Amino acid sequence: MRRRGWYLLLILPFVGTLLPPLYNRAHPALAGLPFFYWYQLAWVVVTPILLGIVVVFTGEGDRV
Amino acid sequence: MSSAAVILALAVAAVMILGFVAARWGHANLGDLEQWALGGRRFGTIVSWFLLGGDLYTAYTFIAVPALVYGVGALGFFAVPYATLAYPIALVVLTRFWTVARARGYVTAADFIRDRYDDRGLEIAIALTGVAASMPYVALQLVGMRAVLGQFGVLGAAGAMPALTVAFVLLAAVTYVSGLRAPALIAFVKDTLIYVTVITAIVVIPARLGGWSHIFAVSAATLASRPRPSSLLLAPSQYFTYSTMVLGSALFLFLYPHSITSVLSARSREVIRRNAALLPIYSILLGLLALLGYCAVAAGISAKDTSSIVPLLFARYFPQWFYGVAGAAIFIGALVPAAVMSIGAANLCASNVFREFSPQRSPVETIVAKVLTLVICATALLFVFFVPVPYAIDFQLLGGALMLQVFPAFVMGLWTRWFEPKALLAGWACGLAAACAMAYDAGFTSNYTLHAFGGTLTGFIAFYSLLINLLVSVGGTLALHAAGVASGGDRTTAADFA
Repeated sequence: MRRRGWYLLLILPFVGTLLPPLYNRAHPALAGLPFFYWYQLAWVVVTPILLGIVVVFTGEGDRV
Repeated sequence: MSSAAVILALAVAAVMILGFVAARWGHANLGDLEQWALGGRRFGTIVSWFLLGGDLYTAYTFIAVPALVYGVGALGFFAVPYATLAYPIALVVLTRFWTVARARGYVTAADFIRDRYDDRGLEIAIALTGVAASMPYVALQLVGMRAVLGQFGVLGAAGAMPALTVAFVLLAAVTYVSGLRAPALIAFVKDTLIYVTVITAIVVIPARLGGWSHIFAVSAATLASRPRPSSLLLAPSQYFTYSTMVLGSALFLFLYPHSITSVLSARSREVIRRNAALLPIYSILLGLLALLGYCAVAAGISAKDTSSIVPLLFARYFPQWFYGVAGAAIFIGALVPAAVMSIGAANLCASNVFREFSPQRSPVETIVAKVLTLVICATALLFVFFVPVPYAIDFQLLGGALMLQVFPAFVMGLWTRWFEPKALLAGWACGLAAACAMAYDAGFTSNYTLHAFGGTLTGFIAFYSLLINLLVSVGGTLALHAAGVASGGDRTTAADFA
């Protein structure tokens, strides 16, 4: 049951993207993209990594 | 014919043949509903990844998201965090639903409602919601296909509709014969073409336009000088709108019948779990594609109908033959979801609405579902013939708000049987009515402005109507319990969810 704690990681993308005042800025820009855009694109990359961690560490050893 | 038209025609012919061949995949008896509608529940991680990706990221998505960014600036980017947050939700909700569905043999979400609440009215309400939300979505796929056909000069506007009809009749035939196996196999082609097209576009087009710094600088100036100015950043008054659009959309994405159908075709729970982590790869693609909206602004592309800006952008920057590949990607990208949507909606009708005719799963049910896919395809085609495009998009926006109204009964019902079915039905009805009223009042846009306490708050209609739904469902349940009414019917057991 202790492994369920891994699911708490999934709260992070919600906190990171549902509060626009956190990231509604133009600077610092990255490769020409304003902060608003690359920050949200970064969450598209980070979220599946978090999901992957949760899936691996809460694995049930089911037949695939 | 131009080389682009030849490539498009060949690609469509090839996937149709592939669709018919799919009937032989696994030597199954396609007279069995689980074989026809769910591919025998035997798809592994890779097939599911292609099928779900091919199904959720429709051609219309790839046209509409850049079009929205082109039209409204920063607010249009909501699709990107939305397509990200949907997956943590999917991991938790769909894993649990898949488990109970496998244990109890469900083909639809409404099958679960019937078992869980033993309430025929609620079951039919949930089923019809899915059907109603799917119809305009299928029609929009046709709109996407027509946009592609319309761009090929040889066919012209007059040739586009007959070509569209032929393609759609073929699609209906393929679906009728092969069931879910057809879109599952075609999805491999669709997703490959989409990846090739989008990656090429995102490498070639910004470079031709002088790089991202330049594109954003030009876009900022252009957006600000429009009759209805917008910006590269959100206005503070748009914060709440943005957040509710992201959360509301992320909550309803996986409630659609086409998502449920694809999810239930997975072989094991681990397949669903892995795909929750692997599917967001498509969202990276979507994020890059959204930025193409600004490329269109910087390139000075103007169109009466913003949904043609992506085809116009491709036409300008791709060589003729590659434009054919891109057109095929969008066209086939519409066929896959259209097939799964019509199967999902047909399953709901056959399994939940007409079930009175055949209480047990029987070959009759499969025949009903197969014939219904033909009816749904035909209706969608008529819709495109007779309903103007803007109305199709309006219905689709409303569709998401309708779909979200199954959330309390379906998603919360996966964890608790506390809610009374009659209260859930009342909540569903109120949410539905509120969504329609707000959409009407807002002139069929997706956001509604509340005036309260001397201020205004503009939020996503789907989100507001879900709150109303929840309020009525909770209040109604409390009232019924206080009156000593408690419906006990629940055929699921704790073991079914384990």
